[in-house]
Amino acid sequence: MNPDVLPLLVAVPLVAAGVALLPVRGGTGARVLLMTLLTANLAAAVALVAATRDGSVLVHQVGGWDAGIAIPLAADALSALVMTVAALLTLACSAFALASGTGRLRLFAPFVLVLTAGVNGALLTADLFNLFVFIEVMLLPSYGLLVLARERRGTEASVRGSRLYVVFNLVVSTVLLAGVALTYGVTGTVNLAALAGAATDDPVVAAAVGMCLVALAMKAAVVPVHGWLARAYPSTSPAVTALFSGLHTKVAIYAIYRVYAVVFEGDQRYLWIGLVVFSATMVVGVLGAAGEQRMRSVLAFHMVSQIGYILLGVALFTPAGLTAGIFYLLHHMVVKASLFLSTGAIETRYGTDVLDDLKPRMRREPVLAAAFGVAALSLAGLPPFSGFVAKLSLVLAALAAGQVAVVVAALAVSLVTLLSMLKLVNAVFAPALVSGAAGPVRADGGTTDGTARDGTAGDDARDGAAGGAAVATRTATARTSEVTWTRRSRAALAAPAVALAAVTVVLGLGAQGLLDLAGVAADGLLDTTTYVTEVTGR
Amino acid sequence: MTLALTVGALVAGAAYLLLQRDLLRVVLGAVLLSHAVNLLLFSSGGVLRRDEPLGADLDPATTADPLPQAFVLTAIVIAFAITIYLLVLAVTGRRQDVAGPDDDGREEDA
Repeated sequence: MNPDVLPLLVAVPLVAAGVALLPVRGGTGARVLLMTLLTANLAAAVALVAATRDGSVLVHQVGGWDAGIAIPLAADALSALVMTVAALLTLACSAFALASGTGRLRLFAPFVLVLTAGVNGALLTADLFNLFVFIEVMLLPSYGLLVLARERRGTEASVRGSRLYVVFNLVVSTVLLAGVALTYGVTGTVNLAALAGAATDDPVVAAAVGMCLVALAMKAAVVPVHGWLARAYPSTSPAVTALFSGLHTKVAIYAIYRVYAVVFEGDQRYLWIGLVVFSATMVVGVLGAAGEQRMRSVLAFHMVSQIGYILLGVALFTPAGLTAGIFYLLHHMVVKASLFLSTGAIETRYGTDVLDDLKPRMRREPVLAAAFGVAALSLAGLPPFSGFVAKLSLVLAALAAGQVAVVVAALAVSLVTLLSMLKLVNAVFAPALVSGAAGPVRADGGTTDGTARDGTAGDDARDGAAGGAAVATRTATARTSEVTWTRRSRAALAAPAVALAAVTVVLGLGAQGLLDLAGVAADGLLDTTTYVTEVTGR
Repeated sequence: MTLALTVGALVAGAAYLLLQRDLLRVVLGAVLLSHAVNLLLFSSGGVLRRDEPLGADLDPATTADPLPQAFVLTAIVIAFAITIYLLVLAVTGRRQDVAGPDDDGREEDA
């Protein structure tokens, strides 16, 4: 594969975003363009994996300048793998957004395309300042998406969530920028390959790059800076929450892996900090999830907990640990998005994600229940799903490294994860199994606006219900008109969640293939010589 | 030294403003913080070499480093855009983000 195509991964989505903004009546064209490009993006990412699976590194010096002067874009197994999963998630979440109404907003397609460009750029760049720029390119459309919870206007909650999210990210980006400035001040370069190993010899460089790492850890929602995620993510529409869950924190995690491997060369002296902080992240996240009353809040706290698991790989910095961490990262992106999408489908149809309000309204949702169950069990780490492989390999790696306390914490947290997932199953999927029909009608729906509408479509005969469960219109969907859920639109809502749940089953049963790829990526982190020589061009 | 003191003063003011309740003050704090970091970026290239980095056969001993200037230019644009957006968020919705009865996710329509 010719490395000169790497800039296209950033440029094409950006140009397409501009095209999607053109005022065309109906706006179908923008949506078709979006889905076409996201599919092409996925295909390109898969091709990158194929090209880098032997441990080679593709490097392009942007603008054709000499190495060392140009901004380098580099793809190795790790960035290609993360990019593939990110592309898959963007596709699935966009499909869900189109089905649930968020995708009908005129700005949705351009925002998602710019977001894709930012994610691809952040995963490819081998330059610290450029990483900051691409993270901002990723964040700016996200701010827009976050506030668009409804047709051309946000809700009070999404404005509040956005305020928190934007202020937080602006401050943390500034901290990252300060880290870049200090790094340039003490080393005279921001090129990752030129910085290789610089932090091991010089504690001053370690402090400067450490500032970048701290900022990235905040962006990854590591305890004690995790509150913003649990507050901001549930405040927007379900489709956007699912999209963010797979992309933003994961790009920061990827950057932590990359920077620590290249600049610190896996320095053993600083690993204890990671072990303490990431173990705390696991524990605090899951305890937060146990106390929440809304589906998406529970899932957001689970995200925090799982981020601790993923980053343990970097804190172990053994071949087994890194492999497990990378596998965990890929598995988690898929599973978390699947959970957000299945609960999002429920929320879109029933108009709320507060557990107590859902209980009396739920009717049988066998397909979504199956998808949710598979993803939830996978998240908790039960066989035969990918979560089992991920957790087992991580625990074995931690044992081999002699970190018994971490293993105990990881296993205890798994149990609590399962417990709080059962809470969701009880509230959302179990009542329907028992009654097999609609619950009692609640015209007030637990809301204050009281505008109940007949949320059951005429084709609900197969539900065995007479129809008439009141569903408040206070939904996060973009439609204020009368909605009738036909069988087809229900299928379109459920399909993305089911597809991703199927991926976790495949990853669980065929774990060896992905483990090998993750092993290649881990080798590239343990021995960065290929990466460094390719990027520096020497 | 002057630059270091300026950066310190700006960061101190920014920290104070960022901890306020009112979003407008928070925005001002973010502006101060980005100014502080821009000065930090400037100083990372060294401040004693002042000649313009244009033309042929330049003397590295007296020519300014153009890279931090490019960094600052990029950072200013990004910070400016986000500040504008924050100001928009400050005037939409309620004035204060106080915890209300709607924190359990059952808020009314705004």
